[in-house]
Amino acid sequence: MGKALDIKGLQKVYGNDFQALKGIDLSVEEGDFFALLGPNGAGKSTTIGVICSLVRKTAGKVSVFGHDIDQDFSLAKQELGIVPQEFNFSQFETPWRIVLNQAGYYGMPRELAKERAEEYLRKLGLWEKRNDQARMLSGGMKRRLMIVRALIHKPRLLILDEPTAGVDIELRRSMWEFLKEINEAGTTIILTTHYLEEAESLCRNIAIINHGEIVENTSVKALLKTLNKEHFVLDTKEALSQLPELKGYHCQLIEDHSIEIEVEKGQSLNPVFLALQEQGVEVLSMRNKANRLEELFVSMVSKNGGEG
Amino acid sequence: MTLQQQWVALQTILNKEIHRFSRIWVQTLLPPVITMSLYFVIFGTLIGSRIGEMGGFSYMEFVVPGLIMMSVITNSYSNVVSSFYSAKFQHSIEEILVSPTPNYIILIGYVLGGVARGLAVGFLVTLMSLLFTKLQVQNLAITVAIVFLTSVLFSLMGFINAVFANSFDDISIVPTFILTPLTYLGGVFYSISLLPEFWQGVSLLNPILYMVNVFRYGILGVTDIQVHYAFMGVMAFIVVLATISMYLLESGKRLRS
Ligand SMILES: Nc1ncnc2c1ncn2[C@@H]1O[C@H](COP(=O)(O)OP(=O)(O)OP(=O)(O)O)[C@@H](O)[C@H]1O
Ligand SMILES: [Mg+2]
Repeated sequence: MGKALDIKGLQKVYGNDFQALKGIDLSVEEGDFFALLGPNGAGKSTTIGVICSLVRKTAGKVSVFGHDIDQDFSLAKQELGIVPQEFNFSQFETPWRIVLNQAGYYGMPRELAKERAEEYLRKLGLWEKRNDQARMLSGGMKRRLMIVRALIHKPRLLILDEPTAGVDIELRRSMWEFLKEINEAGTTIILTTHYLEEAESLCRNIAIINHGEIVENTSVKALLKTLNKEHFVLDTKEALSQLPELKGYHCQLIEDHSIEIEVEKGQSLNPVFLALQEQGVEVLSMRNKANRLEELFVSMVSKNGGEG
Repeated sequence: MTLQQQWVALQTILNKEIHRFSRIWVQTLLPPVITMSLYFVIFGTLIGSRIGEMGGFSYMEFVVPGLIMMSVITNSYSNVVSSFYSAKFQHSIEEILVSPTPNYIILIGYVLGGVARGLAVGFLVTLMSLLFTKLQVQNLAITVAIVFLTSVLFSLMGFINAVFANSFDDISIVPTFILTPLTYLGGVFYSISLLPEFWQGVSLLNPILYMVNVFRYGILGVTDIQVHYAFMGVMAFIVVLATISMYLLESGKRLRS
């Protein structure tokens, strides 16, 4: 299988001095359901902006299904559907015309466009509203309208920038179902989110971006495993010449007075202390060593006021 | 995109533009018809009868072609500037920018939208004028050609202004400081032969004078200037403005961040 998206060394400097992206490498396999996770201002929307040509990159290469976005922009754009973070349709147009016009910009014949528009508007529950002005739609409806608009030309890669922001739980679930469905039917999907939970229930692979850099790029499963582990540092009274024996725990001597132990969340610590006592090691203090991802998530949750 | 797909995209933009100004016809089509009717009544009938002849025609006959042209100019301009600026303002322009539609199709689409409105208003104003005077077109080909080219030229100007505009106030810069003075001094209301020689020379620097005069020539058969030079001048302006517009679209400076 080929790559749906391939980004190499992508940099973006806004104005003269603000570096929003500091050399991003990212690739997404065809058929994947991929999450791009990161706190506010991390560079998620900027990355998407570059992919869909609304942001001019400073350096780097981007290709969509092997089509370079600079050289083969027409082919690259045909493969790509975008649901932006902010509403960007004309408030005075009707959903029907918004969707049909979008089809027209992709060169789709009117008759085919009408068929598809009806199919998708019905599927996303907007058919009754098709002739209302877009500004009359509720926030959740507007977001679904943007999904219909992005799908009208049947892109093979769909990118959604925070599709479920401001959408209630019930609607969020039904959107998730819909996205899973089209992913199973073969569309590669990338979505950005602040919520690990969203990535967990939808995505197979994940990249975490912070301050314009990719800090992690792995499968969702592996990420959850990492996040499920805690590290403790135990400081001992006497200097240790070698690591005490602690069966069933990953541990290492980090200085001659401290041991680091990896513990699964929920795993008991009592056996550690028992074993240490048996070996005559006296523990003076213990501290929790947060890993860098954990710190990132804690900061994301607190910055978002805990809405996740 | 294949040529056929580009053709669909062009039709889509043009349809959207026509639909936009037709939907808000009270703001787009009606005002120029009312304003021009007032001009016809006041300048043509009330004041005109005291002025007597102008360039060998009754003042009404003289002023009508100029006024038609004036409405074509302002409406072509305002259609593109307001439509494109509001698409930029609402970000709906991104719908086209993310699509494979090439830049020149975007430009042609918006310009033809402006031409459509310019011609629609020109047609309505012409109909109104028939209530006040007879219009016998002397040279139909020249008349139609100059209206079309003028409309293209001012649509391009509207486009450029829209790309640069940062607020709704900015879209009136060109009309206030360029269009209105140049139209009023562009021989709409008088023949420049009335002016002292120096001011005749200055007037010849005004591009609108040429368009108005060619149009009047098409209808009445009289002109202050040479028709083929005027056509060449208008074409040259169109080439320059279209080049600037394409440069703005290609570089994306004010459209993409
Ligand atoms: N047009 C712009 N001009 C200048 N700086 C910008 C512009 N757009 C974004 N930035 C800056 O670039 C950085 C990355 O912004 P971006 O919108 O990509 O973040 P994000 O990850 O999408 O955040 P969020 O989760 O809040 O949507 C931010 O610091 C932002 O202030
Ligand atoms: Mg964003």
